[in-house]
Amino acid sequence: MASPEFATALNMKRSSMSPRTLFSSVMTVITFVCAALALIPLVAVLSYVLINGASSFRLSVFTQLPPAPGLTGGGFGNALVGTFLTVGIASLLSIPFGVLAAIFLAEFYRDTKLAETINFLTNVLSGVPSIVIGAFAYAFVVLATGTFSAVAGGFALAVLMLPTIVRTATESLESVPRDFRQAAIGLGATRFQTTVQIVLPAAIPAIITGVMLALARAAGETAPILFTASTSRYWVRSVWEPTATMARLVFDFATAPYKSQQELAWVGSLVLVALVLVTSILSRWIVRKR
Amino acid sequence: MASELQSARKTETVFRTENLNIYYGDFLAVRDISIEIPKNKITAFIGPSGCGKSTVLRCFNRLNDLIKSFHLDGKLFYHDQDLYAPEIDPVEVRRQIGMVFQKPNPFPKSIYDNVAFGPRLLGYKGDMDELVERSLKQAALWDDIKDKLKAMGTDLSGGQQQRLCIARAIAVQPDVILMDEPCSALDPISTLKVEDLLQELKEKYTILIVTHNMQQASRASDRTAFFNVEANAKGQRTGYIVEYDRTEVIFQSPKEQATQAYVSGRFG
Repeated sequence: MASPEFATALNMKRSSMSPRTLFSSVMTVITFVCAALALIPLVAVLSYVLINGASSFRLSVFTQLPPAPGLTGGGFGNALVGTFLTVGIASLLSIPFGVLAAIFLAEFYRDTKLAETINFLTNVLSGVPSIVIGAFAYAFVVLATGTFSAVAGGFALAVLMLPTIVRTATESLESVPRDFRQAAIGLGATRFQTTVQIVLPAAIPAIITGVMLALARAAGETAPILFTASTSRYWVRSVWEPTATMARLVFDFATAPYKSQQELAWVGSLVLVALVLVTSILSRWIVRKR
Repeated sequence: MASELQSARKTETVFRTENLNIYYGDFLAVRDISIEIPKNKITAFIGPSGCGKSTVLRCFNRLNDLIKSFHLDGKLFYHDQDLYAPEIDPVEVRRQIGMVFQKPNPFPKSIYDNVAFGPRLLGYKGDMDELVERSLKQAALWDDIKDKLKAMGTDLSGGQQQRLCIARAIAVQPDVILMDEPCSALDPISTLKVEDLLQELKEKYTILIVTHNMQQASRASDRTAFFNVEANAKGQRTGYIVEYDRTEVIFQSPKEQATQAYVSGRFG
């Protein structure tokens, strides 16, 4: 580059053969290829699930019980109900605790040692492998109550969802402009009135997004469900008995030797992916609406 | 509590401070504030940036309580009541002494709900529609928005938002309105509207206004306090009041050199 004639003959024309341009072009191609490679697993998984799932898909999978080994037909209506039930229980447990904890952290004890400690522990909790959380729920609920159950599964999923909810809710609350708080307090609102009537409504869309994403993740979790909710071949009659879930059903049937069960596993995967996708789109839509 | 503060609204001097020193931690932010604020007058605080005008203003409704390191010594009386006495509830204080902020800060709610927010907090039992209309009229905003009370307060123009904030503040029928540079984010026409509004409001309310704009202080206020700031040996900048008098005295025949220099535009 720093050739002797540089100062005298200034050439400003673009040359596709100059080392600099060549290097730039090669790097652009490499980044493009890497980006495409990174997309391959996503596209492959989605299309594989879609092709295999759609070929065996029929509406009766939503309404029927799983077939006995060797038989064809049937569905996973009970597992779908079970997934909604466990995730529902998990929501009931984790959303109130998570959001209230976030209010505590963001509004009442912001920038204190205690809040920092709780934030740190929440981050640690979010890094705990889900199988460990399952083992904890097994010891804490299954052994204590003497049975696998939707409650045990819901409890495990709640512990799993809690850090996500606390973190997203804390961030949403903290991002509410200070001006709103000052205005409310200046009008003679108490700290609590300010939080409930002004700060929380302003933060709700973002909190809902966080909760929905946590829900979508929890619905697909298998490890903590394996030995908490366990599984069942029948419809749910009580929250205190073993309960089938979509994730567990896919796990069981995908490894089963019978073709009809393997097909159901693919349809189940498709339904799970669709559930997660719909939840994500819904949460984005809620945020956009604001 | 509320009625106690309410019934105390009788003296002609609304605020009286005695040797007020304001600290953030060890840092002395403002020193030796001893002034009296008369009723139904507009009192302006002027002075260069960082001289503690807003800090002093926020002591009058105890908004500084939100800052952890804040504390003060000396006395601050509101109609003969010590505002920082331990038995005083700052929430009750703020219901008597409203505030309008530098940046218009309507809630992300409808215009109606913005104005009704304060009265609802107080459990207002009367005709809310009438109160909202009256407050908006007093804030000279009613004619602009009477057909769209359901519209979001945040969708109004800057000047309208600030008048909405004034309507919101007067809806709780306070005794005093504190204004912290209420026009600094507004265009000149909106600024004039707010200044005209101040003249009407002082019939009913006592107004304290912090302003950077000397023309505004000379046009709109009855009394003016000129603040200045002084650095000590450690480089800490402490604000204090140089001169406090009737506005025409401050602007036409101030006693202090510094005041003369500031109001004639030679510094600040």
